[in-house]
Amino acid sequence: MKRVQFNNRFLPYLFLLPQMAVIVIFFYWPSIQAIQSSFYIEDPFGFGSTFVGLRNYHDALFGGDYLNIAVFTVWFTIVVTVLSLSIGLLLAVKADAILRGASAYKTALIAVYAVAPPAAGLIGSMFFDQHIGPFVKLVSYFGWDMKVGVNYYDTAFAMIFISVWKQIPYNFIFCLSGLQGIPVSVREAATIDCRSGFRRFWTVILPLLSPTAFFLLIINMTYSLFDTFGIVDTVVKDKAANNPVTLVYKIYLDGFRGNDLGGSSAQSVILMIVVFVLTIFQFRFLERRVHYG
Amino acid sequence: MARIEIARVSKIYTGGVRAVSDVDIDIADGEFIVLVGPSGCGKSTLLRMVAGLETISEGSVSIGGRRINDVEPAERDIAMVFQNYALYPHMSVYKNLAYGLKNRGTPKAEIDARVAEAARMLELEPYLERKPRALSGGQRQRVAMGRAIVRKPAAFLFDEPLSNLDAKLRVSMRGEIKQLQKRLGTTSIYVTHDQLEAMTLADRLVVLNGGRIEQIGAPLEVYHRPASTFVASFIGSPAMNLLPATVFNGGILIGDQLSGLSANLPNGHVTLGLRAEDLRLVTQGTGMPFTISFIEDLGAQRLLHGLCGGHPLVVAVSPDLDLPANIRLTIAADRLHFFAVDTGKRIEPGPAPVQPAQNGTETAASEAGMTAGF
Ligand SMILES: Nc1ncnc2c1ncn2[C@@H]1O[C@H](COP(=O)(O)OP(=O)(O)OP(=O)(O)O)[C@@H](O)[C@H]1O
Ligand SMILES: [Mg+2]
Repeated sequence: MKRVQFNNRFLPYLFLLPQMAVIVIFFYWPSIQAIQSSFYIEDPFGFGSTFVGLRNYHDALFGGDYLNIAVFTVWFTIVVTVLSLSIGLLLAVKADAILRGASAYKTALIAVYAVAPPAAGLIGSMFFDQHIGPFVKLVSYFGWDMKVGVNYYDTAFAMIFISVWKQIPYNFIFCLSGLQGIPVSVREAATIDCRSGFRRFWTVILPLLSPTAFFLLIINMTYSLFDTFGIVDTVVKDKAANNPVTLVYKIYLDGFRGNDLGGSSAQSVILMIVVFVLTIFQFRFLERRVHYG
Repeated sequence: MARIEIARVSKIYTGGVRAVSDVDIDIADGEFIVLVGPSGCGKSTLLRMVAGLETISEGSVSIGGRRINDVEPAERDIAMVFQNYALYPHMSVYKNLAYGLKNRGTPKAEIDARVAEAARMLELEPYLERKPRALSGGQRQRVAMGRAIVRKPAAFLFDEPLSNLDAKLRVSMRGEIKQLQKRLGTTSIYVTHDQLEAMTLADRLVVLNGGRIEQIGAPLEVYHRPASTFVASFIGSPAMNLLPATVFNGGILIGDQLSGLSANLPNGHVTLGLRAEDLRLVTQGTGMPFTISFIEDLGAQRLLHGLCGGHPLVVAVSPDLDLPANIRLTIAADRLHFFAVDTGKRIEPGPAPVQPAQNGTETAASEAGMTAGF
């Protein structure tokens, strides 16, 4: 590692300042605000607020459909993470077999990533559109009368489908570059030591890919929990009730549609704690099994 | 058990690069073959075709009588030692050694026994539980060797296994590899560009140049009778002196100078090969005149760099030899090498002429001098 010496000892902090400012303004500050307002009930018309202690938390956890939504969110997160990670990995393994050394193809494939995410949500919801959606049309031939936004399970399916689809290129690229980072001679040694390609993958390739996989696991869980907000919104917005939503979307609904700032703050604090615990768990228990080269 | 036959093997890479051309090597069971040649001559490519890591474009390879062109690398019954060791970084030394056996369904007790034996042979016992990254270069190299020997394969393939080690370790590992191979009696193919490594390890040397075999032979045979100027300049250190020379009526001229040497060859131009260590200094009588430009002291040897007949020449002498002011060089007649100027191929002179060599040479040389008009 190269060490850079700064002449002025404040200079490094100056360089860090913009990044720190962004973190403080967009992360710490809202977090503190959320924690604070989770203990108050805000007057709906904005005429002050009343301290209510833990009542918001109690209401959030035991009131209404919070637990149902939490269960859905857990499933949603697991399914999206597992599917997008495994499909991304599968595609990367297939591409890697062809791409060894051919960097032109690699660039072409990676370019997909730059296009896909911003367009994905919109394209996805058109895909499942009740009237013009090709997917809906396709499955209707098999007798599946798909009603996204009306039928709970159909909506969940569309949400998962779009979320997975949007995340695949991201996982694909990281997996591919992880695979290409595995030394050729180590693979070759494995070809001599082990006949079965499948076994080689499990015993050599995947363990060497574990830092990438671990990183992606965390990224994908965060993505499923938070970044799918836009997708959930496109799919269920202005649709009849009784649609599956994730916790983040419920926070938004309660806070900005229901004007229950205290309640939604309490929910976001709960979510924050869950993610915090989850991350610590991942680093404590999973990372031990990760091999950093 | 494992004779390796490489028959008319060629490698043509996509794009038409002909990396290996028509190579024929018949390797006896237990033989240690060293492929040697400059960078890019196709050594690795040839070895990797035997290993199954490259497809064989033309020809065939068989190991122990079985044609293996279309056999998976894992089924060829070979083990390979790579230049950068290629250890599995996530596995302990024990697991690295056991991996190949485990995948072949070897019983646990047998794996333990074989790993223990290899670890003892290679003095790896204290490190069995360590990961490769916690080992020194030399220790990693031993693990790589161990991974090959636990399998008890029909053949060992080595691709420059010592070139990442420092000079001292290289010498000691070289000795160990040789001993190990002799003890196990496993047929081996070893790739190197280091001619010293090649000379010391090989039962037979294969000198490659531009994908073709230049010469196959025992190390000393290659050293004493190089088949071409390429081999002559590649094998031996310092490299053989190659001088343009002219043969006239049995005498040899170097540049425009009389050399005092003779050879039973037809008149014409040849390339004359003289090993630095075969040249002797003489203070009187006939000999090639030699002017020293600079001296390199190597400790055991002293290298005199200078000019002979206008051409650069290196002479190796004992370090405690007093250098006379006016140096002339001589060399035993059987230590002369001749090569064709155009093809670079070795030319064998006929038996020495009946007439006294000394006289014949002098007359021939002076006549040549006049005729050629130097
Ligand atoms: N995949 C490839 N595609 C095309 N040409 C290749 C490929 N691999 C090697 N070559 C060419 O084949 C020739 C022989 O390569 P090889 O690796 O066998 O050389 P080498 O004798 O092992 O050299 P070194 O001592 O540098 O390892 C070289 O000219 C190289 O450029
Ligand atoms: Mg090579």
